[in-house]
Amino acid sequence: MDRVNVGLARRYRREKRFRLFGLGAIIASISFLGLLFVSIGANGWSAFQQAEILLDIHFDTEQFDVDNLSSANYGALVKNSMKGLFPDVKGRSDTRNLHKLASTGASYVLQKMVMKDTGIIGSTQKVWLPADDEVDMFLKGYISRDVPESDRRLNDKQVYWIDQLVAGGRLEKKFNTTFFTAGDSREPELAGIRGAAVGSFFTLAVTLLLAFPIGVATAVYLEEFAPRNRWTDLIEVNINNLAAVPSIVFGLLGLAVFLNVFGMPRSAPLVGGLVLTLMTLPTIIIASRASLKSVPPSIREAALGVGASKMQAITHHILPLALPGMMTGTIIGMAQALGETAPLLMIGMVAFIVDVPGAVTDPSTVLPVQIYLWADSPERAFVERTSAAIMVLLAFLISMNAVAVFLRKKFERRW
Amino acid sequence: MAIASFAYMQGKRRAFSLSGGRLCGSRSLHSRPGYYGMLTAVWCVLPALLVFGVWMVLSDTILTALALKTLPVSMHNLSADQSNLLVNDLRNLVAGHVAAKDIDPVLQQAAVQYQGMERIGRVALGVVMFSIALLSASLVYMRIRPEMRARNHVERIVQVGLVLCSTIAILTTLGIVLSVLFESIRFFQHVPVTDFLFGTKWSPQMAMRADQAGSSGSFGAVPVLSGTFMISGIALTVAVPIGLMSAIYLSEYANSRVRAWAKPVMEILAGVPTVVYGFFAALVVAPFVRNSGEMLGLNVSSESALAAGLVMGIMIIPFVSSLSDDVINAVPQAMRDGSYGLGATKSETIMNVIIPAALPGIVGGVLLAASRAIGETMIVVMAAGLSANLTANPLQAVTTVTVQIVTLLVGDQEFDSPKTLVAFALGLLLFIVTLILNVIALYVVRKYREEYE
Repeated sequence: MDRVNVGLARRYRREKRFRLFGLGAIIASISFLGLLFVSIGANGWSAFQQAEILLDIHFDTEQFDVDNLSSANYGALVKNSMKGLFPDVKGRSDTRNLHKLASTGASYVLQKMVMKDTGIIGSTQKVWLPADDEVDMFLKGYISRDVPESDRRLNDKQVYWIDQLVAGGRLEKKFNTTFFTAGDSREPELAGIRGAAVGSFFTLAVTLLLAFPIGVATAVYLEEFAPRNRWTDLIEVNINNLAAVPSIVFGLLGLAVFLNVFGMPRSAPLVGGLVLTLMTLPTIIIASRASLKSVPPSIREAALGVGASKMQAITHHILPLALPGMMTGTIIGMAQALGETAPLLMIGMVAFIVDVPGAVTDPSTVLPVQIYLWADSPERAFVERTSAAIMVLLAFLISMNAVAVFLRKKFERRW
Repeated sequence: MAIASFAYMQGKRRAFSLSGGRLCGSRSLHSRPGYYGMLTAVWCVLPALLVFGVWMVLSDTILTALALKTLPVSMHNLSADQSNLLVNDLRNLVAGHVAAKDIDPVLQQAAVQYQGMERIGRVALGVVMFSIALLSASLVYMRIRPEMRARNHVERIVQVGLVLCSTIAILTTLGIVLSVLFESIRFFQHVPVTDFLFGTKWSPQMAMRADQAGSSGSFGAVPVLSGTFMISGIALTVAVPIGLMSAIYLSEYANSRVRAWAKPVMEILAGVPTVVYGFFAALVVAPFVRNSGEMLGLNVSSESALAAGLVMGIMIIPFVSSLSDDVINAVPQAMRDGSYGLGATKSETIMNVIIPAALPGIVGGVLLAASRAIGETMIVVMAAGLSANLTANPLQAVTTVTVQIVTLLVGDQEFDSPKTLVAFALGLLLFIVTLILNVIALYVVRKYREEYE
């Protein structure tokens, strides 16, 4: 007894230490997650705002050719108006620096305005136009005034003009609608996620349309019909293995088979959807089988007992009961597919595409690939846009998973 | 397609109303009326779809051949390459992609003809599909008798469909193996297998001209593999202790409230897209590692293996923890009780009883996590470098198999140079390595489960 007591304190200490290690491990992993979210959020929230300049644009009648409205020199309109604000700016390089404050996209905004309503030609309008990304960064405090002029992207004069504009209420941060309505662009202030989001939508639609029926059919066959033999064993082992094959290998498959053998178009959501279908199938099959398994045999036997055929028992009784579980699995598979990047790089969905895709065969990109592309861009403004795009993507993923959890909670049945 | 779906609707409705109307109230019917309708509809759609599929596959070849025939004789006796080029030109013309002004008028004519034939073909296809659909539907429709075993018929068709769906899994694997293997064999015709597996120099450039400097690319996979294993190793040294300890804490110590909270939060870590981790690694972790390295007076590359490995470790924590959680829970309670009865503390029980009992399962989980780490792409693409250093220093930049595949295959490629084919050889290597790890892991886990069930 004494010998036990001697070691007891030490053993209890060790016990406590072990327990703390465990707690520490959990706290560590949760704080990693917290750090991830905080750093993305801190970088990204400012992208939802965008600096805009209020300019008095005089739509000079001479500039416009009635038959060819789109080819008018809209850039000159912006430049003239800027000059009107700072009449004392002289010299070629100063003028150029002044013009740099407004985004190159400002002329597109004007063009759109004129195309929509030709009546404004000849009048003078007050228009909020996007500012250049450097101005945007400066207003958000990412470019410091203390940095020597030579190391700064904006020189002292430009800073002075910006201060003047801000003081005059002509330069403000506004909600960034461009980010949600535009496609990709080389200019950060004009780049948006709409194209990528629509591409993601098409890709996921193709995936869902193919993967859900095929996955459920496979699960039903394996669980209800398949005889236990070599062939079904082979299928089972195969499915389990496919679930763990690296996603990039599916990309190689897509490249070699869909693009090179079948000659399908590059960068199309159709091909992306096919590749992601093959990738998510194992997830859906495994979840569906588990959900079929959880339907108690008594229901099956009761249906067979009143004279239903096997197929009738399955379609009328077992499938409806197993459907919530299958749907949960499918949503989780879809969430996986939404976040997947690597296989889509292989089939050429990394192209720089400005237009919003309109069909499943149009070249397009998807949200995660857009994030990857922006993360590679050198402009400081793209860092916050990348983070903002990540926030949008995570919001989608979290809501999908929340729906899955909700479905599981709502339809969960204990037999 | 529109015609087919219209025919489908029509066939279904007609068959349904007729079989229902004719036999209403009659008990002599073998199956419920709906099955007769379904049978008609299925037979209406299937043959039409078959024709459609065959046309889709063959139309391109047939039309191109026909269009080529209209070209003057001089263009027929070309080498294979040149005629390929011609066909490509033709296709581009047809699709309206060409903006060039100097289009060969002969080619132009052929393209116009092609378009015309395509239009005719499409109309013909529609007519044929429509008539076949109607024909087969009405054939079935005529054969409907009360004693006809429609249900069995439909069920057999459905079952065949189910079997077809389940073979897709096999086809996928077969497709992966064949496509990767085929291209790899083509690569190994250029470069011997031994050079690939045991060469220590990796620079996958092929020169345009033979006399160019550094014209011979070298394809030794050893530096690439060592980089892969180093990053995965770092990831595992991060993930295994943290994952295992959190699994132990969650399953042995935590009360149900903490469990209900902490488990889903840990699973979020698994649900975050890898591209997000990659961005996180490049934006936050890599500068952090470099700065802290500089403070210690170390020379850290800005794309160090350490940063990528750390982030990848975070990513695979949930794999390790949820798999170990499962196996720890599967250890029978009686073993714990026996240990407590002998006076062991909880931690002693865990260390001496539970972990040894659960070890095979834990090892299986770690192996699965390792295969995940080896195949992981985006984190390393964004955070690890491209330079293939054969080094044991985790502070230097290394490259991995997946990074090389991505960099070699993204963008335009031609499919006859070793430079792109080597990507498939790397893919084959990756597939084999992960396959072996998976098979071992699944086998170990299954054996372990059977032991306690």
